[in-house]
Amino acid sequence: MTYLIDRRLQGKNKSAVNRERFLRRYKSQIKDAVGRAIKGRSITDIENGEKVSIPVKDVNEPSFGHAHGGVWEVVNPGNQEYQKGDQIARPKGGGGAGRGKAGNSDQTTEDDFIFELSREEFMNYFFEDLELPNLVKTQLTATTDFKTQRAGYTVSGTPSNIHVLRSLRGALGRRIAVGGPSRRQLAEAEQELETLLLDGAPLDAPRVVELKKLIHHLHTRLLAIPFIDPFDLRYSNRIKVPKPMTQAVMFCIMDVSGSMDEQRKDTAKRFFILLYLFLKRVYDKIEVVFIRHHTAAAEVDEHEFFHSRESGGTVVSSALNLLNKIIDERYGAGSWNSYVAQASDGDNWDNDSVLCRQLLVNTIMPKVQYYTYVEITDGPPQNLWEQYAQVPDHHPHFAMQKIVTPADIYPVFRELFKKQPK
Amino acid sequence: MMKRPPHPRALPEQSEWTFELIEQAHEEIKRVAQGFGLDTYPNQLEIITAEQMMDAYTSVGMPVSYNHWSFGKHFLATEKGYKRGQMGLAYEIVINSNPCIAYLMEENSLTMQALVIAHAAYGHNSFFKGNYLFRTWTDAEAIVDYMVFAKNYIAECEQRHGIDAVELLLDSCHAIQNYGVDRYKRPAKLSLAQEQQRQKEREAYLQSQVNELWRTLPRREEEEAVAQAPTRFPPEPEENLLYFIEKYAPLLEPWQRELVRIVRKISQYFYPQRQTQVMNEGWATFWHYTILNQLYDEGVVGDGFMMEFLKSHTNVVYQPPVHSQYYNGINPYALGFAMMTDIRRICENPTAEDREWFPDIAGSDWKKTLDFAMRNFKDESFIAQYLSPKLIREFHFFAVLDDDKNEKLNVSAIHDEMGYRYVRQQLADQYNLGNREPNIQVWSVNTRDDRALTLRHTQFNRRPLNQQAHEVLKHVARLWGFDVHLDTVSPEGKLISTLECKREKRGRII
Repeated sequence: MTYLIDRRLQGKNKSAVNRERFLRRYKSQIKDAVGRAIKGRSITDIENGEKVSIPVKDVNEPSFGHAHGGVWEVVNPGNQEYQKGDQIARPKGGGGAGRGKAGNSDQTTEDDFIFELSREEFMNYFFEDLELPNLVKTQLTATTDFKTQRAGYTVSGTPSNIHVLRSLRGALGRRIAVGGPSRRQLAEAEQELETLLLDGAPLDAPRVVELKKLIHHLHTRLLAIPFIDPFDLRYSNRIKVPKPMTQAVMFCIMDVSGSMDEQRKDTAKRFFILLYLFLKRVYDKIEVVFIRHHTAAAEVDEHEFFHSRESGGTVVSSALNLLNKIIDERYGAGSWNSYVAQASDGDNWDNDSVLCRQLLVNTIMPKVQYYTYVEITDGPPQNLWEQYAQVPDHHPHFAMQKIVTPADIYPVFRELFKKQPK
Repeated sequence: MMKRPPHPRALPEQSEWTFELIEQAHEEIKRVAQGFGLDTYPNQLEIITAEQMMDAYTSVGMPVSYNHWSFGKHFLATEKGYKRGQMGLAYEIVINSNPCIAYLMEENSLTMQALVIAHAAYGHNSFFKGNYLFRTWTDAEAIVDYMVFAKNYIAECEQRHGIDAVELLLDSCHAIQNYGVDRYKRPAKLSLAQEQQRQKEREAYLQSQVNELWRTLPRREEEEAVAQAPTRFPPEPEENLLYFIEKYAPLLEPWQRELVRIVRKISQYFYPQRQTQVMNEGWATFWHYTILNQLYDEGVVGDGFMMEFLKSHTNVVYQPPVHSQYYNGINPYALGFAMMTDIRRICENPTAEDREWFPDIAGSDWKKTLDFAMRNFKDESFIAQYLSPKLIREFHFFAVLDDDKNEKLNVSAIHDEMGYRYVRQQLADQYNLGNREPNIQVWSVNTRDDRALTLRHTQFNRRPLNQQAHEVLKHVARLWGFDVHLDTVSPEGKLISTLECKREKRGRII
């Protein structure tokens, strides 16, 4: 008897749990490795996972074994020139042909244990200890959110919330309790009737008739107990618990002027994609506003922001003005945590940079929790950078970084959003 | 060359397999295997993907297994190697169970599928059923059920006591899993029903045993006299460390004892495989070669099939010489296949030399002789019994003595008249487990004050322990719960060195 079974459609990823266990156990080492990986070399794309390596000695599973030493007599194949009694010089490194190889090798090799993390896993490690700085819980009476929680059962409610199991359980209990005395009397009466009849009492004996009437009466009583009664009904109870709301909005400002060549635009987009992934993954309620500018600024949606192509000259202040306007119109009144990330190549119309600094220092910085500026350039800093460099003197929650090559995206990103010491 | 008339049941010359073709190939292989008298468990062939093959690979070749990070580590390593194309997946994993489960990978060609069926479903399968070690140590009926039980039990423990507690305990058990076998006692058969029935009783019983050993209450009068005599515990050295811990470790909870037991049972199940690798692979390789050649002679498979099969077969049985960069010890497939083929040759066409060396099998019925060899030996005794001078010449075997007291290595024997017996004995000894693993046993327990456990390593050929010994000792200490010492002694019993591991933290294992 032979069975031929096609297993291909079932039981994939049997090892997923074990894989997850492995990652869990070596979390700290893997995090270090991820850190090294993003510092060390360019990550080709955000869509990919990453190869990481951790030292072999950390993942070694020890076991008893022989080390080299003492007497080893080993039989090897492939003798070409040796005769009995030949003396052979010891091979270097104490090793040599036919070492006893038992399980794990004893010499700690310098090899690392290298494996691939999937994109999902990699991103988890990457975002793990990042956060939006200075996030403040703002609780507003007007828009306080309520979270509903289960809270046991009640005796009143709407029919849609009837908890059938509880209700029927109650009904059963009630039927048993209410019918108890009658059932006991019934059992006694039936018992008595049976003995009477066994003793040969005639069917019309007064006691027999009486008992029969009683039995009939009790049966009727028992049948009259309602199967279910409004008294039995139980409703699932839900209560509302006020939830303090943290409202946050992230403004992404990208320069799409002519001086931003394709490569820089690409780098900027990648930075924002990373930012976007981070926000979506870590915060479940956050609004994102995309602003794009050349000589004029416009608010666009996510798709436009990442995919459309247009260009022109550069006036950075246009974007800052628009940003200011949007904050005042939609995210003002101190009830929002506002964050701004701006990316540009630092190229700006000369007289505009001073204006930008003034806008930032006087108007925008007081309204936002954190402002990050990344400049994508390999040249010397230009006037915009110099003007921006004065902002932190007035407002410490302003951070700026330079990105030269795509490889810098990850480290710079981490730098900007690392957990602040509380 | 004469063109043969086509065989009525010939397999088509194509590399793509279909279910019908696999069934057809299997029917033919089965017919031929039964013609040769191979006795097997029923077969269960499973078509799987490469990824599932990697899963099978990493869960110690079991269809189910409990969860542990080390299996994840093996999976990642396998996956990496496979993706890089460094290694093909082994195309045969076969599970010693009834029915015997063999995996066929979907990307294999029809030829390879036929090869795997012949190799695993008839070769290994008949070995599992016939060899005395497997008959003694494993219960093919119950193993899959037992693994399911183990998986569920361990998952339950994880829920109750947390993943970390279970993981740490399993780590420690894994570190000494090769010391979880009674080599000289015949084990009780393992059956799931009994297992579950006895599990509850065992918890209570074990605890009472432990309590008796560590009792600190004042004894009654009549026991007083007995207690005065200093008793050794254990009375005899115990080679099965896991068993000893399961039985006597003072601080383990009942569920922890059960986990130790599970690791011990599984390790015991693989014990025969560790001792019959050459024979098992040799036997399976010999039979796939013999069966497929028979099919070719009958005309069931054609020339193209045979070419592809031979290419793969020769890769498997290649033995790189000692000076080659690919040399990694003796290839069990090569040695095993050569020996099985050689036994057949000695039976069918013995030379004068063979008659002198193997008077009782030269000229006998090869099927019976080979069957007898498969049933009654393990690698060590098989080589000592059947390795012929002809093979020693063909492999150019030579023995090298590496004594750390000497300046140089010494060639102690080569493939010549004087060296045959010596080389054969040396090679057989190489497969002796005692030679391969340090001999470490429980020596004594200090039941009176600090409850320290002393293990004793009896040196073999003055070989030292590896550097991991101290790490392993930490694991033993974690299981034991108190200090652990490891004494290394010479065969005469002279103390050479000692390792110890102190338990800093008194109290229960976390």
